Amino acid sequence: MSHSPYLRDSRSVRQIMLHVLAALLPGIAAYVWQFGAGILLQLLLASLTAVAAEAAMLKLRGKPIGLYLGDLSAIVTAWLIALSLPPIGPWWMIVVATLCAIVVAKHLYGGLGQNPFNPAMVAFCVMIVAFPSLMSQWPAAGLDLSQQLDLILGGSRPLDAITAATPLDALRTGLRTGGADARVAEIVQGPAFGLIGGSGWEWVAAGFALGGIHLLWQRIISWHLPAAFLLTMALTALLLWGMHPERFASPLLHLASGGTLLAAFFIVTDPVSGATTPKGKLVFAGGAAFIAYMIRSFGNYPDGIAFAVLLMNICVPLIDMYTQPAVFGHKRRSS
Amino acid sequence: MDKQITREIVTNGLWKQNPGLVQLLGLCPILAISTNLINAVSLGLATILVMLLANLGVAALRNFIPYEVRIPVFILIIASLVTVVDLAFNAWLHGLYLVLGIFIPLIVTNCIVLARVEAFAAKNDIVHSSLDGLAQGAGLLAVLAALGAMREVVGSGTLFSGIDLLVDGATPLLLFGEHYPGFLLAILPPGAFFALGLLIALRNWIEGRAAARRQRAAAVVPTPEAGTA
Repeated sequence: MSHSPYLRDSRSVRQIMLHVLAALLPGIAAYVWQFGAGILLQLLLASLTAVAAEAAMLKLRGKPIGLYLGDLSAIVTAWLIALSLPPIGPWWMIVVATLCAIVVAKHLYGGLGQNPFNPAMVAFCVMIVAFPSLMSQWPAAGLDLSQQLDLILGGSRPLDAITAATPLDALRTGLRTGGADARVAEIVQGPAFGLIGGSGWEWVAAGFALGGIHLLWQRIISWHLPAAFLLTMALTALLLWGMHPERFASPLLHLASGGTLLAAFFIVTDPVSGATTPKGKLVFAGGAAFIAYMIRSFGNYPDGIAFAVLLMNICVPLIDMYTQPAVFGHKRRSS
Repeated sequence: MDKQITREIVTNGLWKQNPGLVQLLGLCPILAISTNLINAVSLGLATILVMLLANLGVAALRNFIPYEVRIPVFILIIASLVTVVDLAFNAWLHGLYLVLGIFIPLIVTNCIVLARVEAFAAKNDIVHSSLDGLAQGAGLLAVLAALGAMREVVGSGTLFSGIDLLVDGATPLLLFGEHYPGFLLAILPPGAFFALGLLIALRNWIEGRAAARRQRAAAVVPTPEAGTA
């Protein structure tokens, strides 16, 4: 459901997607630097699966394969999935996730431009519901490449020594096991935490932010979505942290860990499944951030962004209906 | 018994008016109990039995039931039959009885049973009504079995798990080896909806192709007639 004005810039989908892929590179570089090259194999596996699935679905649907495959949107979805799943997951996990995204979430709903749900986030939710234990195994920093390849391609599952909890997981477990005596300030001294966010993850987050700024500068994404997402996340965290600093993590930790920055610049900004009006974008991204914070802080899943985005995706037609801008020269809601 | 009517009753139950895929009735047990093949088939068989007997009983008594209070009477008949089935499971298949639990008594509230009694048995004779109960029940059983098998194979990589509750010493099949991680989503409630959706889509696809074929056949037939005329 899109509304007037119908002015669009003249860039093709392919050019936009190329910019998005380029904008992901700093984050990926930081990822490789901090956690090793395993992520590159996951990106490759996801891309190959996405291209194959996209081609197969286009053929089944009787669409021109070359034209649609060339728009690179499948690769962007694949990269986002690879960046959201644990980089040391077994190879079939990323393949199944990508198939879910491309076959089910994208093409069964009508292909690019028709899908009501963000395909990458659908894949993430399917994986976290289906394989909760594999999805919570993240690499400890400094895992060497051969160990990573063994984990991805081999059948063996890791020992505790080479996996680590994500900062958000470590925080939740710390609060649970510590009971009433647990203090956030003590938990964040643990090995999973770095200067402001998760150890190592804060650099990855910074990389994504850098890419996001490039997208903003290129006017590929509008400021409404990332601004509303980050502000709502920060304000909600600030409110609870201000009331109970010993039970809730600081806003900075929330901004710098999990997928917050990836989501703010690359996931809620999906032009297909998100809101289209300027005010609607603020509501959409703000709502997603609020739900994500709530699931993170009070739920059982490692991170709540994927569920939050899907929940807000359902609300998009409603949001768009109530946030239509006034037609020029008319008073608001004149019709 | 007219062959034409008999065939229609059977095809309605199994395909054209399939309770699970077309009428979408009785979804609660379909979705809740189809986590594996054995559970699904067991509950399906219990439902067939209840539907057969309920249609038979109501058809036999249909001329004695006042129209205004027919629904409570139907429910009473169904409830007594379900109680019998429930006690029978408890007596002879106790292991399975524990697994199926509340879903055997809940057959009373399964709308497909009441729907067939009200829509068919209350208006037709004993033989046709019994056949209808059997055919509709078989249609439901087929859907339950397909769902149960799909969800069990994808979700846990086994088939016939829980067979030891029926046959002593039998072991379930391990389809993908012992290291299959299990696709938990298929076992969870959303998996039931996804699998049912896929089955409905498959049925509609087959039906659509059949309709297209009939249309083509109808378009071709008149030409030779026109030639001979």
